[in-house]
Amino acid sequence: MSDTIKDATLEYAIRLGDDANVLGHRISEWVSHGPFLEEDIAYANVALDYIGRARMFYGYASELANDGRTEDDFAYMRDDRQYRNLLLMEMPKEDFAYSQVRQLFIDIYYGLLLPELVKSKDDTLAAIAAKAIKETRYHLRRSRDWVLRLGDGTEESHRRTQRAVDSLWGYTHEMFEMDDTERLLVDSGIGVDITKLRDDWHRQVGSILTEATLNVPEDSWTVRGGRIGYHTENLGHLLTEMQFVHRSYPGCQW
Amino acid sequence: MSEISLMPEEQYHRLQQRDTSEVKELWDLLDEVKDPEIPALSIWDLGILRDIERQGDRIVVTITPTYSGCPAMDTITEDIEAALNAKGYESLEVKMQLSPAWSSEWMSPEGRRKLRNYGVAPPEDADASEDGLTPDAHALCPHCGSRDTRLLSEFGSTACKALFQCQACKETFDYFKKI
Repeated sequence: MSDTIKDATLEYAIRLGDDANVLGHRISEWVSHGPFLEEDIAYANVALDYIGRARMFYGYASELANDGRTEDDFAYMRDDRQYRNLLLMEMPKEDFAYSQVRQLFIDIYYGLLLPELVKSKDDTLAAIAAKAIKETRYHLRRSRDWVLRLGDGTEESHRRTQRAVDSLWGYTHEMFEMDDTERLLVDSGIGVDITKLRDDWHRQVGSILTEATLNVPEDSWTVRGGRIGYHTENLGHLLTEMQFVHRSYPGCQW
Repeated sequence: MSEISLMPEEQYHRLQQRDTSEVKELWDLLDEVKDPEIPALSIWDLGILRDIERQGDRIVVTITPTYSGCPAMDTITEDIEAALNAKGYESLEVKMQLSPAWSSEWMSPEGRRKLRNYGVAPPEDADASEDGLTPDAHALCPHCGSRDTRLLSEFGSTACKALFQCQACKETFDYFKKI
C-alpha cells in the first residue's frame, strides 16, 4: 500500500468510525428514556451495534496509523474539530419521531453503502461492512415501521414526524458529497462512490415518506462541514459527556 | 416416511475442522467456556470459536463476534485465557476475526437443543418473514411447544435475540434471530 493510499484509508476509517461512534452515543441517550421498555431495549441494541462498528473502524485506524494511538485515543482524546462525522449523526435526540426519522435516513444510507463497501479491495473494511450489513437490515425494518406508524398515525404524531423530516432534510446532502481523499479511494477500489447512491436513497426515502402520508421536502437549504471538522454545537456537548471519565481518570480500568 | 436430517455445510466443515485438529484436546477443554449471556451454551455450540492452533509453543485461539457490539467478547476472551492458564498453557493469544461474518447457521445441533431447553427458541423454530428477518408470529414456544405466539419486540435482551409471547401458556420467551 503506497503512503498516499494508506493515509487516505486511515482518514476514511476515522470518518466511518466517527460516524458510528457519534451516532451510537447519541442514540444510547434513549436508554431509560424510551416510550416503553421494548423500545428502550431496541435502541440500546442499535446503539451497541454502532459502538461495536466504531471499535472496529478505530481499531483498524490504530493499525494503519501505527504510531501508538489506540482505539480509545481516537474515541476519547480528540476534540470536536478533529472529529470527522457527518453532522446528521450529532444532531440531538429531540423527540422519538425525530430520532426515528434520522435513523431511517441513516439506515437507508447504510443499506446502500455497506453492500458496496463489501466489494472494497481493502479486506478489513470489507469484513467490517459484511458484519454490519446484517445488522442494518434489522435496524431499517424498525425505523421504517416507526416512520410509517408515526407519519400515518395521529394528528400529533404526524405533525411531529413531518417537523423532523423538514428539520433534518438539509443535513442529508452532506452524506453524498466526496472530497479528494474519498475520490482517490474510489479510484483505487477501496472506497465507495457515494455520489452514485444518492438517487436510490431519494427513491427509497421518498416512497416510505409518501406511504407515511408525509411530504418530501424541497431542497431549500443545506449544511455541511462535518468531514472537515466544522460541527454544530451539539457535538461538543456530546463529547464532553462521552470523554469525561476517560480524561478525568486516565488509564482507569474496571 | 422418516426424515433424514441434513447437516448444513457450514456445520459439517466446523465438525471436520475440530475432528482433524492437531490440538483436539484443546477444543474439548474450551467446551467449558460458556457464553456469559447464555450460560447453557459453550462458545463451540454458538459458533463463536473459530479456530485453535499451536504455533511453536504458543496457542492461538480465534473467535468471532455474533454482533459488532457484542459486549460479551471481552469476558469470553478472559474466560478462554483462564481456562487455558488453568491447564498450564501460559503462552497464548486470543484473536478476533471478522470475516467471514458470524452466521446463526454455525450453531451446533447440540447447541440448538440446549438453547431450547434453556427457554430460548433457536433460529429454525420460526419461519423467516419474506425479507428473511424475524417473523411477527408463530415461533415455536420453547416452554409449551405451541405455535400460537407473537413478536413483542424485534430486539430482545441482547442484540442476537427477539422477544416473543406465547398465547397458549402466556409466557414470554427469547427467540435467537437468524443472521
